This record gives sequence, C-alpha cells and structure tokens, in this order.
Amino acid sequence: MTLPLPLATSMTSDVPLGWFLTLGLFMFVVGGVGVVVRRNPVVVFMCIELMLNAVNLTFLAFARYQIVPGASTEQAALNAMNGQMMVIFVMAVAAAEVAVGLGIIMAIFRLRNEADLDDMSALRG
Amino acid sequence: MTANQVVFLVLAAIAGLAAVGVVAFGNNPVRAALLLVLNFFVLGFIYFTLGAQLLGISQIMVYAGAIMVLFLFVIMMLQLHQRSPIVEGREGRGVLAWLFGLALAVVVFASVIVPLMSVSGSPIGDEYGTPQSVGRVLFTTYVLPFEIASVLLLIGIVGSILLAKRRL
Repeated sequence: MTLPLPLATSMTSDVPLGWFLTLGLFMFVVGGVGVVVRRNPVVVFMCIELMLNAVNLTFLAFARYQIVPGASTEQAALNAMNGQMMVIFVMAVAAAEVAVGLGIIMAIFRLRNEADLDDMSALRG
Repeated sequence: MTANQVVFLVLAAIAGLAAVGVVAFGNNPVRAALLLVLNFFVLGFIYFTLGAQLLGISQIMVYAGAIMVLFLFVIMMLQLHQRSPIVEGREGRGVLAWLFGLALAVVVFASVIVPLMSVSGSPIGDEYGTPQSVGRVLFTTYVLPFEIASVLLLIGIVGSILLAKRRL
C-alpha cells in the first residue's frame, strides 16, 4: 500500500534541468575552492562533503529528467532508479569516509598538536 | 515564473549562500559546520522537489543529522577555538583558487549545462522516489553493492575506533 504523498506527481515539472545542474556546479566549485583555500583540516573536510552533495544533486536531477532520447518506458524507469541508487551508495561511502577521515584528523592532532594543513608536510619527498 | 520555479529559486539561493558561507567563514569551524547543516537541510528539500522522497529524508537524517553531528563532535573534542587562529591566504593563493574555480565553472557550464538548458521534465510515475520502489530495486538488482557497502561501513567503524583510541 502506498501513501498518496503530494510530492510524487506524474506531471512534468516546470523547473528546467539546467537550474538544478547550475546549483550543483556552483556548490561543487565553491567546495573545490574551499578545499584549496582553507587550511583547517576539518573545514577542508566539510568542503569535500559539499562537493559530494553537489554530485548527489546532479545524479538526482539527471535521474528525474530523462535525457536519453528514444528510451523505452522500462528503460527510463530503470535509469531513474539507477540515479537514486548511486546517491544511496554515495551517502553510505561518505558516512564511512567521514568516520575514518575524522579519526585520522584526530590522530594527527594528538600527534602534532597543530591545525595547519600546510605544515603537515612529513610525506613530502 | 511558476510557483515551482519560485520555490526552487528560494531553496537554491539559501543553499548557495550557505555553501559560500562555509568557505567564507572557514576561520570559525563551528560557524562553517552550522552553515553546512543549513545547506544539507535545504538540499533535502530540493530532493523532495525532484520527487526523491526517500533520499530527501535520508539526506536530512544522514547528512544534516548524523554526519554533521560527527563534525561538531570532533570540533568540540579538538577545541579548535582555543588554538591560535590560522593565518589564511598568506601566499595570495585565494585569488588564484577563485580564478581557477571560476574557470572550471565556465568550462562546465558552457560544455555541459548550456546544451541541456532546454530540457524540461519528463513525466515520472507516482512511485518514483517512494521507499517501496527504491527498496525493491535496492534489494534485487543492487543487492551485491548493498552488501559491499555494509561491509565498507563495518570496516569504517572498526578503522575509526582503531584510529581514535589512544592505545589498544
């Protein structure tokens, strides 16, 4: 039994695909610039999360707006599901990545007691 | 300008400004984290407008809830506010970074988004983003990646405990 939620309509949305893609691109670029500019490892990590979410938004936008020409109805339904599956797996991987990454950051802080990414150059050849 | 477009533009403006704020207020990690929570929360509503109900709810629960709590917890444990503030951008690379970011945005916009600008929505079924339909595909077609993701999460849990413990 499915609840009749008002958000799932069979109508076409009148918001163009390009608007969603533009928002995703904007968030991705801002996150990428933040990774380069910021030197606090926690903030850099947050910017990486921002980039991941921008990609998730793009996946969902492409899943919602089928752009494959001449796809059958079954194929279109499958494509829409594939996009949502990718977002689910990105979320799962991001959760694992955040747990491990923050553990590494805490280990580095305990070891060196400093907060500047630029000074963490122990692996420089 | 229809109602849907107005709703999207308001949500997108909030999300975009919060994203800029994460980078702009990066000197204060708590402020950046709270702005990121706002961004993720609004993004969940944008997922709703895309018809992906289950993912919108999981976005709010997983990202705005769990992951950002983890971030704030680490900021609290590290006591970043008591450390000497990091002097940002002393090599003037901030300008260069924004320049390269702008270049990336222009290239992607011109080559990907402009050709797709006129695409409007194709009709989707009533079951598009419901937990039932997503779960049906997740546990049939995608059952192997699902199991691999669960093993990955287990490894993540064990690994982060190993990293964060002082001694085993």
